[in-house]
Amino acid sequence: MDAIYGLFSSSDAARHALAALRTGSPELGIKKESIIVISSAPLEGEGLGWEEQRSRMPWLAVLGGLVGATTGYALASFTQRAYPLPTGGMPIVAPWPTGIVMYELMMLGAILTTIVTFLITARLPRYRDRIYDPEVSYGKVLVGVAEADRDLSAKVTQRLYEQGAEQVKEITGHQERLRERQPGI
Amino acid sequence: MAPNSVTQTNVIDQEAERIREDLLRPLFRTSWRFYTVVGVLVAIGLPGLAAFIYQSYSGLGVAGLSNPVFWGFYITNFVFWIGISHAGTLISAILRLVNAGWRRPVTRCAEAITVFALVIGGQFPVIHLGRPWLFFWLIPYPSERHIWPNFRSPLLWDFLAISTYITGSVTFLLLPIIPDWATVRDRSTGLRKRIYTVLALGWQGTPREWHRLETAMSIMTVAIIPVAVSVHSIVSWDFAMALVPGWHSTVFGPYFVVGAIFSGIAALIIAMALLRKFLHLEEYLTPVHFNNLGKLLLLMSLLWFYFVFAERLTVWYGNETAEMPGFWSVQRGQFAGLFWTMVACNFLIPFPILAIKKLRTITGTVIASATVVVGMWLERFLIVVPSLEHKFLPYNWGSYRPTWVEITIMVGTAAGMVLLYVLFAKFVPIISMWELRGGEHATAAEVAARGVVGRSGAVPDATLLGTNG
Repeated sequence: MDAIYGLFSSSDAARHALAALRTGSPELGIKKESIIVISSAPLEGEGLGWEEQRSRMPWLAVLGGLVGATTGYALASFTQRAYPLPTGGMPIVAPWPTGIVMYELMMLGAILTTIVTFLITARLPRYRDRIYDPEVSYGKVLVGVAEADRDLSAKVTQRLYEQGAEQVKEITGHQERLRERQPGI
Repeated sequence: MAPNSVTQTNVIDQEAERIREDLLRPLFRTSWRFYTVVGVLVAIGLPGLAAFIYQSYSGLGVAGLSNPVFWGFYITNFVFWIGISHAGTLISAILRLVNAGWRRPVTRCAEAITVFALVIGGQFPVIHLGRPWLFFWLIPYPSERHIWPNFRSPLLWDFLAISTYITGSVTFLLLPIIPDWATVRDRSTGLRKRIYTVLALGWQGTPREWHRLETAMSIMTVAIIPVAVSVHSIVSWDFAMALVPGWHSTVFGPYFVVGAIFSGIAALIIAMALLRKFLHLEEYLTPVHFNNLGKLLLLMSLLWFYFVFAERLTVWYGNETAEMPGFWSVQRGQFAGLFWTMVACNFLIPFPILAIKKLRTITGTVIASATVVVGMWLERFLIVVPSLEHKFLPYNWGSYRPTWVEITIMVGTAAGMVLLYVLFAKFVPIISMWELRGGEHATAAEVAARGVVGRSGAVPDATLLGTNG
């Protein structure tokens, strides 16, 4: 079994279900890392995993900016030295225009780094091997367990229903075959 | 679950679903009006394309450009559209930065204007080249003689600034669209589903994805504001770095930035009014949005007037021999009619409309915005042409008259801009659904729903009710 999950109508119910799965993880035989939450809008607040997220994206953007600025300086200074134009006593590598080139490439570096970091850290694009239910786009919140122990799936199902799940489903095999589970089965 | 909670959840579910249906309707249903609008815009745009091909075949001589006025309608339109592009990204970023809750239905409308205005504006330097197939000479690479473009030239700064800005603006527009494309994917079938599946990048909506998206948007918000300011500063430096009377001014940077934001807000208000009308978004683009943007437009009108006054006063007070012929040609000469029309369009008409609360309605702000768009185009024209007509030496003075080729290309590209926007609104939810749900937007029905919740005594679900700013 690849996953078992419940669909909840409100974020409060989802939050309670998540807490129940976490506290009951030893009994249910699930690892905390395998608990999944999926929603169609960001669910802010304690207990939904949001606050546990950390990212080095801002620092990487700064680093990208520095690389961009350095590239800008290297490009501008190299090209101006490679074919020096008469400047009437002014410097060949002019600081003010070089500053503009550095600035623009610095910002471009930061932007490109942000895009790449976002895609890598959010693990996008990913079209296969993902747990999802189209009901999420209708406003439901999905809370479940990936790689749950098959023998304990009945207990997980029961727990999800107890917390107010409208439906509990399981995904089996690699073909993402969905099967709805009834309470107590 | 308690009965009250069930009632609450059902009402909220219905409302959330109704909002999604309202915003997705244009994607799934196509009326005859869409085809009519597209047909009309294509009909207007095609002659522009034909004129461009004619110019490319015949040479730049078919335009009205000749010594000493080598910058005319094309550069005017370049500056104008780059200014319009400040509608979106800059305004959206500022509103995001200050966490203005009312921004949520507005941001995507605005960001789309930026991208398409940049696409259109960016074409004009290429059109202006006369030999558009050589546009890649602008790109910093060594030619076959190992000569690089001059990095000290403002034209190269333009290339770098606009490339950075369009990269940032496209990113700023596309990142928050990914979750909405996932919603469209889940509701589609057939070819449409396959297309949106690819576009959604496999988005699920996990806390990790949401967190990364929010973080990326925070970085982009901070990064895009200085980029936007730099872009129009650099466009102004195309002029200010030249020792042409009337151009060589330190005030040009902020003056252009203010003008750009001014025209950008005006374009945004017009676009919002049209979207509201044709896509039936009355519940989402409310009078509050027009009122708030109207106040911003009023502020920019005052700032614009201040900059124009400061710039004109300095020139007049300096009384430099080289600058005065161009100055007087604008104040009371051949360009006086255009100048005073510009003042009327940018200040005299919009100021009372926007300053008087009763007049700051949707209709009022749209009228004010329409005059501002016209006025700002005139302003760009009056910056470009009169100064070139009156350079230092009187024997080198000349005049400029646009030809049908320039006018047709200008009209065609404007139609192209609108066409791109219409197509965008057809294939992308023009209001961000997930941001709307997470924001402060409240329809009348939602307020009613809160009343139900309040009476029941249950704690409202902040996210679904959209009250967590």
